Amino acid sequence: MNILTATILLPLLGTLVLAVTPKGNSQLAKIIALISSVVTTAVSVLMALRYHSSQSGFQFVESHSWFKAFNINYAVGIDGLALVLILLTTVLVPVVIVGGWNESENGRWSVKTFYMLILALETSMIAVFAATDVFLFYVIFEAMLIPVYFLIGGFGRGERAAAALKFLLYSLFGGLLMLAAVIGIFIISSKQGTGTFDVTALSHMKISHSTQNWLFLGFFIAFAIKAPLFPFHTWLPGAAASATPGTSILVLGVLDKVGTYGMIRFCLVLFPQATKTFAPYIIVLSLISIIYGAFLAIGQKNLNSLIAFTSISHFGFIVLGIFSLTTQGISGATLYMVNHGVSTAALFLAGGWMIARRQSTQVDDFGGLQRVTPVMAWCFFIAGLSALALPGLSSFVSEFLVLLGTFTRYPLAAIIGTFGIVLAALYVLILVQRALHGPVKSGNEGLSDLNVREKIAIAPVIAALVFLGFYPKPALTVINPMTSTVMAQASVTDPTPLAGK
Amino acid sequence: MFNTPIIDYNLLAPILIVLGGALLGVLVEAFIGKTHRARIQITIAMITVVIAFAWVIKIHKALSPVAAVASVSIDGMGLVLQGTVLALAFVALMFIAQDNHFAPVAAALPGSEEEAEATVSGTQMTEVYPLVLFAISGMMLFPIAHDLITLFVGLEVLSLPLYIITGLARRRRILSQEAALKYFLLGAYSSAFFVFGGAFLYGYSGSLSLATIRQTTITPGSNHIFLFIGMIFVTVGLLFKVGAVPFHAWTPDVYQGAPTAITGFMAACTKVAAFGALLRIYFVGFSGVANDWKPILTTIAIITMVGGSIAAIAQKDVKRTLAYSSITHAGFLLVGIVALNRAGLTAMLFYLVAYGFATLGAFGVVTLVQDSSGEVSDLNRWAGLAKKSPWVATAFSLFLLSFGGIPLTAGFIAKFSIFTAAYASGNIAIVVVGVISSAIALFFYLRVVLTLFFKEPTAESATVAVPSLMMKIGIGIAFAITLVLGVYPNLLFNLVQSLSNLLV
Repeated sequence: MNILTATILLPLLGTLVLAVTPKGNSQLAKIIALISSVVTTAVSVLMALRYHSSQSGFQFVESHSWFKAFNINYAVGIDGLALVLILLTTVLVPVVIVGGWNESENGRWSVKTFYMLILALETSMIAVFAATDVFLFYVIFEAMLIPVYFLIGGFGRGERAAAALKFLLYSLFGGLLMLAAVIGIFIISSKQGTGTFDVTALSHMKISHSTQNWLFLGFFIAFAIKAPLFPFHTWLPGAAASATPGTSILVLGVLDKVGTYGMIRFCLVLFPQATKTFAPYIIVLSLISIIYGAFLAIGQKNLNSLIAFTSISHFGFIVLGIFSLTTQGISGATLYMVNHGVSTAALFLAGGWMIARRQSTQVDDFGGLQRVTPVMAWCFFIAGLSALALPGLSSFVSEFLVLLGTFTRYPLAAIIGTFGIVLAALYVLILVQRALHGPVKSGNEGLSDLNVREKIAIAPVIAALVFLGFYPKPALTVINPMTSTVMAQASVTDPTPLAGK
Repeated sequence: MFNTPIIDYNLLAPILIVLGGALLGVLVEAFIGKTHRARIQITIAMITVVIAFAWVIKIHKALSPVAAVASVSIDGMGLVLQGTVLALAFVALMFIAQDNHFAPVAAALPGSEEEAEATVSGTQMTEVYPLVLFAISGMMLFPIAHDLITLFVGLEVLSLPLYIITGLARRRRILSQEAALKYFLLGAYSSAFFVFGGAFLYGYSGSLSLATIRQTTITPGSNHIFLFIGMIFVTVGLLFKVGAVPFHAWTPDVYQGAPTAITGFMAACTKVAAFGALLRIYFVGFSGVANDWKPILTTIAIITMVGGSIAAIAQKDVKRTLAYSSITHAGFLLVGIVALNRAGLTAMLFYLVAYGFATLGAFGVVTLVQDSSGEVSDLNRWAGLAKKSPWVATAFSLFLLSFGGIPLTAGFIAKFSIFTAAYASGNIAIVVVGVISSAIALFFYLRVVLTLFFKEPTAESATVAVPSLMMKIGIGIAFAITLVLGVYPNLLFNLVQSLSNLLV
């Protein structure tokens, strides 16, 4: 068992410990969950320090036979893409636990059930990024939906059961299409020698163009639902409006990244020709997502749905970057995944506290929070600025890279995408003005500001926003080698020489 | 010249043991008083099943295509299916052994004085145990029968006891008897179809043996009209038994009317036996003319998968929902037959185990959900079951998730391997339809999970009866197998793969 497998299994260990703790003691359950997630963070950071960023290919590789008849292995390994997403996961889970310390109290089930689900979800999220066996990836991709289903349906609010069911059905439907493609790729590999699910071995296979197209679609639709890309996004606003802030952070911040991660890891690498065929259409869809998500965000009255729609817009940028098929585009998209995770966490944390205090999700019910609760308002403001990609905050770097990369291949798309930034400024600033500024609305006078626990929870998130905004180099050093590998595997080259080289 | 027929009693012993146990049960029913009878019957039935299972394991290396002249063929597939039937029956007997499922005196008319008398005096007939054993013996003969007459005998031996026990429900007896009558009439028709088809096949090949029929199909110059007529009628007879669309109409009514423990037994074991027979007929008898029947069975598989899952959405009764789910699964299993390769055979054998245990477990749970007047199968009254009985709700959800093919359950591995086999045979269309109907089917499985976990219990809501130790063990076995085969499928898959052979 290497350090990667240890990172995967640690949260699961926490789940098992929680399973045997007494039901009544919710404080103990929270502490066990916190310890387990912090230890996981520490181990994953340790792993990151031992990661050799100059090497290409997978590191910390481990493989055991799992299901012999189909040559399926428990095969894990990480490259730069997986590493940054695993770190995002392991950092956000403790933030969610500390930040939403009390949000598990009002669920259908006991507090310990909440944390068992959260930790089970963490294990599956780390494992899904680490899996280098397509079958293993698929299994986790599907299985991880179950804890989310119960987190939304059991601990959410409002129409939580319906939202949970919608989320699950959408995802499972996409997953089943992917299953057909997974089977297809296995059969093709067995016809060309030995059947395998190993992603590196599969990337060397020759597949006819028309077959590639079908298999590509099987994978892509599943990932587009997960990401979510227009027109597959309709499950997201409901899920975000119903889930607890912590669950929303994990769903939008990490879980949805599995979609964009899968596009790079599988769509580009396994089906290069199909990728080139479909890229222009996907670019169009991503532009629609950017503009459409932004417009709907401007019109939202519900704070949670608003954040969800901003995410649809941001996922549009990520997909745009990936399918621009340029070094800067893919690197920028990968960095964007991390930054979006962090800034969404900040938005949902601050927004969740505002909602919990005001007991309302309506933007119009807020107002003047800057005077009553300055610290909370500042946190929300910074998170909002990050969402609109203000220079100096992390999202700016990634958005810039994505647009730069897109411009070299699709100048018009990049120009249209830029309007997304303008619209982002609009929805963020309107929101900030209505919720934070102006006279103090009645009902808001007595609101309390952030307590120490909440400050501790959001501090690392805001620190990451600023740090990655000024100094994205550590992230880019591990991302860039991955990008060149992917570009080589997808057999694409940048259209024009990089400026400054 | 007279040749002594070859009869290998060693290889036939499992069936003979079960028949012996059944006969013993009949004697017990006749001569033992009511105080100890039930306990003795249960013991005999379970011990019989265990011994027969042990014998199946014992002979798994001594395979022979001519165990009883050319009528019975003991091969890997036959033994796996016999073992599956016995293992499933063992768990089913644990559910049947609960004391409150069956009419005290089945011969008494519903609402009659005799019935009241029997209830007052505490009489409880236990004919169900020998009947179940007889049915098991038929189910064991069916998948190993190698000629049409033996197939027919197996079909009847397994069906006749089932017609009777379908009508044995203690509560809602009229409904139960109606179901039995429907089952019997339609079953009789389907048997007639089977025999009719068999006659044509005999006319075509001059033999009842599947091997000879196959030989004739690949001999040039034979007249195929008789073959096709015979093939179609035999197929109709068998598709009726597995409950494929459009021969499925009896399934929901019978599943709903029969005593729930029996429904579980029927749904699991009958399907194993009937698919065994279908497999053998198509893989052996008709494999020479595969291109002629593949389009037909592909169509049937598609309409069964899609039809079963769409019809299930509208159901409000748990037992009917499970009935439609079993129809959908018949469609998925047919995919394995259409694949007509060894991977398909292996996948079907695995699928039958996975499906069988999940089905048994699910019906086992249904027997537990009750109100003061007996079982409650109205889905709305299952609302919020998880609140009071989280374990029962979890078990039921796991069985449903396995039906739906969610990863880390046995059902997923089964579905994956069967689709892989179909894909390998080049039939990609059926795979696409399969995954889409899986998605439709998921809708109603998840709706039940939602009802159990996310709805608030109402005053109408049913409660879970305290399960007896046997019930707990039975559901526990089904739960463990569903989970373990999903997480670590090697355990069974490698075994099934090494035994997935057919001897001609």
